[in-house]
Amino acid sequence: MTEPQRSDVLIIGGGIMGASAAFFLRQRGKSVTLIERGLIGQQASGTNFGNVRRQGRYLPQLPLANRSRAIWGRLNDLLGEDAEFLPSGHLRLAYTEEMAERIEQYGRDARPYGLELEMLSGNILRDRFPFLGPEIRAGSYSPLDGHANPRLAAPAFGRAAKRAGAAIVERAEVLSVEQEGGSFRAQTADGRIFRAEQMLITAGAWGSRLSQQFGEPAPLVVHGPQMAVTEPVPYALEPVLGIATTIPEEIIYLRQVKRGNIVFGGGIRGPASAETLRAYVKPENTLGQLSQITRIVPALRRLNVIRVWSGIESYLPDDIPIMGPSARVSGLHYAFGFCGHGFQLGPGVGDVMAELIATGQTSTPIEPFTIARFAGGATNQTGGHP
Amino acid sequence: MAEPRIIIVGAGPAGIRAAGMLVAAGLRPVLLDEGQRDGGQIYRRQPEGFTRTPEQLYGTEAARAVALHQSFERLKPQIDYRPRHLAWNVADGVVHTISEGKPGQFAYDVLIIAAGATDRLLPVKGWQHAGVYSLGGAQIALKAQACAIGRKVVFLGTGPLLQLVALQYHKAGAQVVALLDTSPFLKQVLALPKLAARPAMLVKGLRLVGGLMASGMAIHRGVTPVEIHGEAEAGVTGVSVRLASGEIRRFDCDAVGLGYHLRPEAQLADLARCAFTFDAKTRQFWPEIDADGRSSVAGVYLAGDGVRTQGADGAEISGALAACAVLADLGRPVPEAERAALREQGRIMERFREGIAEAYPWPAHLAADLPDDAILCRCEGITVGELREAATEKGADEVNRAKALTRVGMGRCQGRYCGHAGAEIVAAATGVPLEAVGRLRGQAPVKPLPVAAGEVQP
Amino acid sequence: MGSSGQARFIRLGETSRARIALTVDGETIEALEGDSLLVAILTARGRLRRSEFGPEARSGFCLMAACQDCWVWTADGHRLRACDTPARAGLSLVTEQPELSWPNRA
Repeated sequence: MTEPQRSDVLIIGGGIMGASAAFFLRQRGKSVTLIERGLIGQQASGTNFGNVRRQGRYLPQLPLANRSRAIWGRLNDLLGEDAEFLPSGHLRLAYTEEMAERIEQYGRDARPYGLELEMLSGNILRDRFPFLGPEIRAGSYSPLDGHANPRLAAPAFGRAAKRAGAAIVERAEVLSVEQEGGSFRAQTADGRIFRAEQMLITAGAWGSRLSQQFGEPAPLVVHGPQMAVTEPVPYALEPVLGIATTIPEEIIYLRQVKRGNIVFGGGIRGPASAETLRAYVKPENTLGQLSQITRIVPALRRLNVIRVWSGIESYLPDDIPIMGPSARVSGLHYAFGFCGHGFQLGPGVGDVMAELIATGQTSTPIEPFTIARFAGGATNQTGGHP
Repeated sequence: MAEPRIIIVGAGPAGIRAAGMLVAAGLRPVLLDEGQRDGGQIYRRQPEGFTRTPEQLYGTEAARAVALHQSFERLKPQIDYRPRHLAWNVADGVVHTISEGKPGQFAYDVLIIAAGATDRLLPVKGWQHAGVYSLGGAQIALKAQACAIGRKVVFLGTGPLLQLVALQYHKAGAQVVALLDTSPFLKQVLALPKLAARPAMLVKGLRLVGGLMASGMAIHRGVTPVEIHGEAEAGVTGVSVRLASGEIRRFDCDAVGLGYHLRPEAQLADLARCAFTFDAKTRQFWPEIDADGRSSVAGVYLAGDGVRTQGADGAEISGALAACAVLADLGRPVPEAERAALREQGRIMERFREGIAEAYPWPAHLAADLPDDAILCRCEGITVGELREAATEKGADEVNRAKALTRVGMGRCQGRYCGHAGAEIVAAATGVPLEAVGRLRGQAPVKPLPVAAGEVQP
Repeated sequence: MGSSGQARFIRLGETSRARIALTVDGETIEALEGDSLLVAILTARGRLRRSEFGPEARSGFCLMAACQDCWVWTADGHRLRACDTPARAGLSLVTEQPELSWPNRA
């Protein structure tokens, strides 16, 4: 392992973005080395809620989300493994008239992007989803969205990429990256050196540590999602449920996996540290979530929570990710800082970045996500995805 | 400093002795206990209305049990005792409890965790069948409820509890078909020098063995468990083991008491962010402590079987020592002579604990040799083969990774009963040392938290 | 053997306590004051519930509220951990997990 490894593309960071990019780059015939500090999909990619949701997203992100959704639909065939994707629908719910109007407006705005949403309220909503609580006034139903198992998806991409010929180097922390004579060079903590013609940084919460070595720091902050799961009960809650609200304490989302457990998260985010690699669930946040999930599905009050967890997610001030080519260095690309909503996008991001790296262009618009928007220290539009 | 807020979790021997020492120093700790009544598991009290004598309940330990119960009765008015309070989480200097469905918060300056132990388990093919109980469970059925776990009972595993429960069952009138111990007799002989650290306890142990010999039950040592036979509906029908002679023998029964000594309930210590260390002798991780029970976290102390399996007497000593450490760290007078004596006794307890661990070793090879179709995780119905495949085919050579990919340790019990065996299986399948395979990280809640608790804000 | 099966636990003493009656899956069973729910049920029948992920019946395991194997349901859908819940006269319990419509019956 003392020989410097050389490949067409060097990917730093093995979350779902890096692992799927490695897979799709191999499909395009590029030689790939992916370097991961820990294990594939271990951080935010493995600890998130598992939403495969398009509705509610920042509208200019929908083409990317649509492309990703199409890949989710054929993921098992593509990877030869089951990531438990369940296109069981997504229901975005409102307690107030104001939020009901807002999700209705979103439905109108999303239609030109090819996302058809069904507005439901009153008895029609309740007849269709009789488990909803009395406070729910309206819902926006996205029939083709759903959920998947985040513990499985990124590792499945990593293994498929490996089978397709990518070099997957786990337990290797990259400390320095640089451009050297027209190619890229990365050095790991244990002294190994890797070289490539192009580089893709998909290092999540640690992305800015690397991008700043190329003079492009990003104002990332880290938070821990507050996740929990109940004991298993018979599978009966098909759609993923989420509340559209402007009150942070009210933000809650839940889904039932086929085995029966109900996974939920939301509310106030918890402490996380990119330095110690730890993130925590605050007990008071868990209690707060319990009081919220029973507003959506009152019958949940009979169940028990058996486990909570967190992870290290990175956020940007405008709540949308960094994705696309470097604004300063040719051959360098970024995809990190997905602000807690990257899981659904993962396969699409990998596909788009592979296209971009292999062909120099992409058929899906990603301009809003350029790192250049932070170059002057200013931020532009806000995302707003409740 | 104002009166320090001291919380003790667990009203067993360690927690009660810690409370007593603190009360004697003029302090008033809060004592949180999950149980209905004090005493913990080992000196568990039977419910109101039961009439058996302490001698019937606790045998040779009756005097100690009664002494502990009595000292608790004297302490009760001098402490803030909260029975039926499950400590489900600890964070930022606050213990979070749930009691009768209501959440509570107890902020502390000092936390003594004396959460006790549960059975250390190793799966046997068929252990998911109805009628298989942990040894501790079998003992509770008898001690707290005057019941046997079946008509014809086999006790399988190893450790002091195996023999004790078998004899207790026999004396209470249950039919014990066989006592099947995985430890060869030679191990017990070789451990004698260390066991002799507590001569009186050694004599009790020898009497126990004598009682078992006289009972007429079949006793086999050095066995290898093969299978617990059973039917989906009827439950257990028998146990097969390979005897030391190599012969495979089946024992018909309708109940099995299974256990391999004890493991600390260290989840709260983990949530309090105490450092853990690997013990190569017993092949497990446990929290780091100094000789008096200080953890790696300032203000958090650990005592009793929840940190080292020394048994009830050792737990009393370690509880008192932890209280001495608290007093010293608070800058209060410490009863020096008493502490010196406790430390000396503590060293004896530790030597005896090592002797027991050598006499009844954790049979790691049995986990490594489990067949692929054996259920490993009872909660989720995950097989040994599924874990092995994740370890060898999917690179899951670390337990938390293996858990993420297979769900082993993700069920309701949070890996209490499959965690140690799962780590052995991963280690054996990958060739990675057990220490590097690691331990399942503790995740709240320590036990299931009712969703309805969210309706009652503290 | 039917759903009830024969009793799993055997009483070895303490039988002069007051008798109480409970209902399990619609059948009346007799238990003793001071019994845990687990003991009340298993001195009358062979199991507490069924595994969610296998064919087998379950009857508890640790009896000290650690393994979480012994959950049963009240007739109106609440969950009780049988090993550390005292049996009370008049309790009505079911040992089958409530059906698929559970979330519609808040």
